[in-house]
Amino acid sequence: MLKFQNTTKIYDKNHIGSIAKVALDNVSFEVNKKEFVSVVGKSGAGKTTLLKLLLAEEKPTKGRVFFDGQDVHKIAKPSIFHLRRRIGTVFQDYKLLPTKTAYENIAYVLEVMGYEDEEISRDVPEVLKIVGLSDKSHSFPAEMSGGEKQRVVIARALIHRPDVIFADEPTGNLDPYHTSEILKLLLNINNFGTIIILATHNKEIVNNLKRRVITLENGKLIRDEEKGRFVL
Amino acid sequence: MLTLLKKTIKTGWLNFIRNSAISIATCFIIGMTIFLITSLLIMKDVADYLINVIQEKVDISIYLKDTVAEEEILVLKDEIAKIPEVKEVQYVSRAEALDRFVERYKNNPVVIESLAEVGNPLLPALNVKAWQANQYDAVVSFLENSPSKDLIDKVDYHERKPVIDRISAMTATFNALGIIMSLVLAIVAILVAFNQVRLAIYNAREEIAIQRLVGASNWFIRGPFLAQGAISGVFAAVGAALIFSIAIFILSPKLTVLFSGLSISGVFLSKFWLLFFIQLLVGIGLGVVSSIIAMKKHLEV
Ligand SMILES: Nc1ncnc2c1ncn2[C@@H]1O[C@H](COP(=O)(O)OP(=O)(O)OP(=O)(O)O)[C@@H](O)[C@H]1O
Ligand SMILES: [Mg+2]
Repeated sequence: MLKFQNTTKIYDKNHIGSIAKVALDNVSFEVNKKEFVSVVGKSGAGKTTLLKLLLAEEKPTKGRVFFDGQDVHKIAKPSIFHLRRRIGTVFQDYKLLPTKTAYENIAYVLEVMGYEDEEISRDVPEVLKIVGLSDKSHSFPAEMSGGEKQRVVIARALIHRPDVIFADEPTGNLDPYHTSEILKLLLNINNFGTIIILATHNKEIVNNLKRRVITLENGKLIRDEEKGRFVL
Repeated sequence: MLTLLKKTIKTGWLNFIRNSAISIATCFIIGMTIFLITSLLIMKDVADYLINVIQEKVDISIYLKDTVAEEEILVLKDEIAKIPEVKEVQYVSRAEALDRFVERYKNNPVVIESLAEVGNPLLPALNVKAWQANQYDAVVSFLENSPSKDLIDKVDYHERKPVIDRISAMTATFNALGIIMSLVLAIVAILVAFNQVRLAIYNAREEIAIQRLVGASNWFIRGPFLAQGAISGVFAAVGAALIFSIAIFILSPKLTVLFSGLSISGVFLSKFWLLFFIQLLVGIGLGVVSSIIAMKKHLEV
């Protein structure tokens, strides 16, 4: 379903003073349908870069990235939205719109995809309930805690039932209670067949999952194990 | 689909009112362009009308001596009618001439009274119309070389051609000036509208980046900016139409006197919907073109 093939990403040295940075170094792996994969690694190991390459937000310096058999970076720009609609993303930096409420931030993904008003007003409250934010639906991002915002982002990533959910550090701001709730939710979604990719540096949750773990170090894939553990 | 259209227009409207100052400026300048173009269109109608009126009037009046018999006059009339340049010859007898004279001065007792004293002082006449304003010379030279020359008291040679030429020249000048000014205004309008949309794109840049990442199509992103341009155009057109109507109705009575009885408001009303359609088209066209240019420059796809 999803394949990185000898993928290398070097960020350009186009800023004054900064030098070229190898974020991913010849990384190859494949994720099949129904899998739940954790991607672990220290800060700066290249986890978010994987996501950016998958969404065609950045181009690989070398190698290729496939989604459902298609080379992501060969898709013409005006058509990329088809790919992105199939991937629900929990962005590490949230990417919530400050001028929209929690409800609107979620609803608007459905608007983008052309859902009808009735579907939107039916689905959004439901998803807000799932992430435990029914009472925050009219709050703006600035009025929410880090964990609340994170849960809005999770709700936004899953509302349109994408084929893949890429959760980039989705529990970084959550307390243990909400962390385990979100993990239960992700596992539940995975049970319905959605591929989950979980990028995190939370050792405990990875070890409790007992699912496949891919370990990155300085942009290199150093370990890829079924029922893996967080070892660094 | 309808939901999407409604949302697009709504977002466009929000963009529009968010920077109200520049939006008002945009409407104003597009409106001015529309106003000028409408004036040009109306002016063309007025000029056509005036030229028509003048051409309809008698070109040459041949006054005959009052001793000439009617038969002789009719023979001359037939001869003149045979000149290829002549479109029409009309015989006005003394009695008819008097009737017309009385009709014209019926509100002037002094003239009517003195008329009663002198009897009918008028001469029979042949009114000659040429096909074209520049063909009088042919008629005049025919008369001069004609044996009937002796029958003629005097020839009143109405010089219409210079008047028509002047109107044509003035219209052409106004038109050329108007077109140049319209073009200049249109360019300024596009620049201002372009800036309006550019600002909106700039304000929405964060939202656009996120929209892209969650799978918005290009047209979904562009839609509101196109709508914003169109909204500016519609407001400008409605505003221009309104102000134009008011101006026409205030000025029309004065201009009617000036333009030999032409009712400008009549011309305007009879063409109102066509004009309004053109106004809308120009407004929306300018707004949308500006949006497209702004998006080409500032909204990478
Ligand atoms: N746009 C960029 N330009 C230059 N360098 C970048 C850019 N984005 C990321 N990097 C560098 O690439 C490396 C990998 O970054 P990445 O964001 O993938 O790390 P990460 O594993 O997600 O880290 P974290 O756990 O802190 O989120 C880092 O060293 C980072 O500084
Ligand atoms: Mg990261």
